[in-house]
Amino acid sequence: MSRRVLHDGGAMLRLPPFRYFAPRSLDEALRILSDHGSEAQIVAGGTDLYPKMKRRQIEPRVLVSVRRIPELSRIVWATHGGVTLGAGVTLARVLACEDLAIAYPALARACAVIAHPPIRSMGTIGGNLCIDTRCTYYDQTFFWREALGFCLKKGGAICPVAPGGTRCWAVSSSDGAPVMIALGAVLHLIGPHGERTIAAEEFYRDDGIQYLAKAPEEVLVEVTLPREDGWKSTYWKLRRRGAIDFPVLGVAVAVRMESGRCRDARIVLGAVGSCPKRIREAENILEGNRLEPDVIEGAAHAVSRAIRPLDNADFLHLYRKRMASVFTQRALRELTDPPPR
Amino acid sequence: MDVRLLTLNVNGEQHTLAVPVCKTLLEVLREDLHLTGTKHGCELGECGACTVLVDGEPILSCLALPIELEGREILTIEGLMEGGRPHPLQIAFAEMGAVQCGYCTPGVVLSAKALLDRNPMPTRQEIAEALSGNLCRCTGYIQILDAVERAVAWVRERRLILEEGRS
Ligand SMILES: Cc1cc2nc3c(=O)[nH]c(=O)nc-3n(C[C@H](O)[C@H](O)[C@H](O)COP(=O)(O)OP(=O)(O)OC[C@H]3O[C@@H](n4cnc5c(N)ncnc54)[C@H](O)[C@@H]3O)c2cc1C
Ligand code: SF4
Ligand code: FES
Ligand code: FES
Repeated sequence: MSRRVLHDGGAMLRLPPFRYFAPRSLDEALRILSDHGSEAQIVAGGTDLYPKMKRRQIEPRVLVSVRRIPELSRIVWATHGGVTLGAGVTLARVLACEDLAIAYPALARACAVIAHPPIRSMGTIGGNLCIDTRCTYYDQTFFWREALGFCLKKGGAICPVAPGGTRCWAVSSSDGAPVMIALGAVLHLIGPHGERTIAAEEFYRDDGIQYLAKAPEEVLVEVTLPREDGWKSTYWKLRRRGAIDFPVLGVAVAVRMESGRCRDARIVLGAVGSCPKRIREAENILEGNRLEPDVIEGAAHAVSRAIRPLDNADFLHLYRKRMASVFTQRALRELTDPPPR
Repeated sequence: MDVRLLTLNVNGEQHTLAVPVCKTLLEVLREDLHLTGTKHGCELGECGACTVLVDGEPILSCLALPIELEGREILTIEGLMEGGRPHPLQIAFAEMGAVQCGYCTPGVVLSAKALLDRNPMPTRQEIAEALSGNLCRCTGYIQILDAVERAVAWVRERRLILEEGRS
């Protein structure tokens, strides 16, 4: 009866019991995390974690909130450009910062289309970069999943998405993740063995279960975005409704032009696999060229060819594959067309 | 079980109560404070029925822990009356037929209030954006948007009249 507790005649989805800590320093957080080992889970806004706990997908016995740690709530601009965002900065705060939108339009675009306003007030940028992967067969109530039989991601033996397989194909569904890779962001982590930095691109693993290159007891402290340095960026997102829904395709594009030619390009797709996918074949087509329609089309087709979305998110997977090419073209045209006067 | 003694400021009143940390604000409001104006829909962050304001910002009470809200001002639909009179949004919703079953209404009205407090003259697009986390399964959104626009117009007229009276 743990998942439905009757109270005053009404059934509600409740959180499983846990112990709660809200350390005020990183040292204290690390100590609590190491004291409780695998029973503990970090929480920031809880907007991804709590629904998962209510559905009994994850049942941590101890929650360690990082919201009171001062280092996590800072936004610091470097003197020569570039900015460091504390992992605990809310999405709403990112959106309220005009300088961020000017320097990193793709980031502002992505944050503006995450979920809906209340979640953007509660959810953090760090939480967004660490959200669990998603799958039609996994993001269901306990009752639903129990009836079908638990899948690999919940310790079971089956995967209805790729029967007979041994890996989980749950989808990386963060709007922020592909954008951070396209912008060349660097993440700062701290754990029991000290601090380290890792490129956003290296932070994700192509595995629906172990989807982060991070130990559970490592805290994401902050994210550094490099100097703007001539890069222009944008983000396009596909979902069924204009709000609330997670992406079922995200296209983050950043380009740097020099004398009318594309000097550097980064094209990163979200929600097409278990990690964000950087499409170097497409970048190579752009680099060194003028971004004429045929070049853009060539890159867009390369994107579509390089991805293999599966049938475990909203919309037909073949449609999502097709739309990846359409959105890449739209994003590139947006970045190359002279802005309307 | 991890139970804490918390003091919550709800609609201007201080309530001190013993709460298991795993109990969400939604559960505490409805079951401990008997403020059942805040509705429970999906309980997973998807519908907005449980929206309340914390320091003026809309948040989802089904995903909020009371232990993180001590010292903050929590406003629920029960606290919306101003000086014993309904808020202009409440009157507009009733008059414009923006309430059918009423289940989404507390959340919608609070999201709209947060918007008007921040931006007293929003465009229809801005209203739609501010309400984009509140699902309504029966009225439809046209009357809801109309009602918010009506409330905006009233508040503006009232301010103009007050300003004229002063000059
Ligand atoms: C209805 C709904 C719609 C949503 N739509 C979108 C969407 O469109 N796009 C999107 O990208 N997301 C979406 N989300 C997911 C989520 O709300 C956001 O991604 C949000 O930014 C997550 O941040 P949080 O602080 O709430 O994370 P939490 O839920 O607190 O944490 C998420 C994960 O990150 C870990 N974590 C958090 N902070 C840290 C840290 N500092 N160090 C290490 N680990 C950490 C937690 O342990 C947890 O595993 C949606 C959620 C809901 C409920
Ligand atoms: S891809 Fe398979 S194993 Fe992974 S969450 Fe979906 S059903 Fe489960
Ligand atoms: S009940 Fe909280 S969002 Fe639906
Ligand atoms: S009035 Fe019934 S859900 Fe909106």
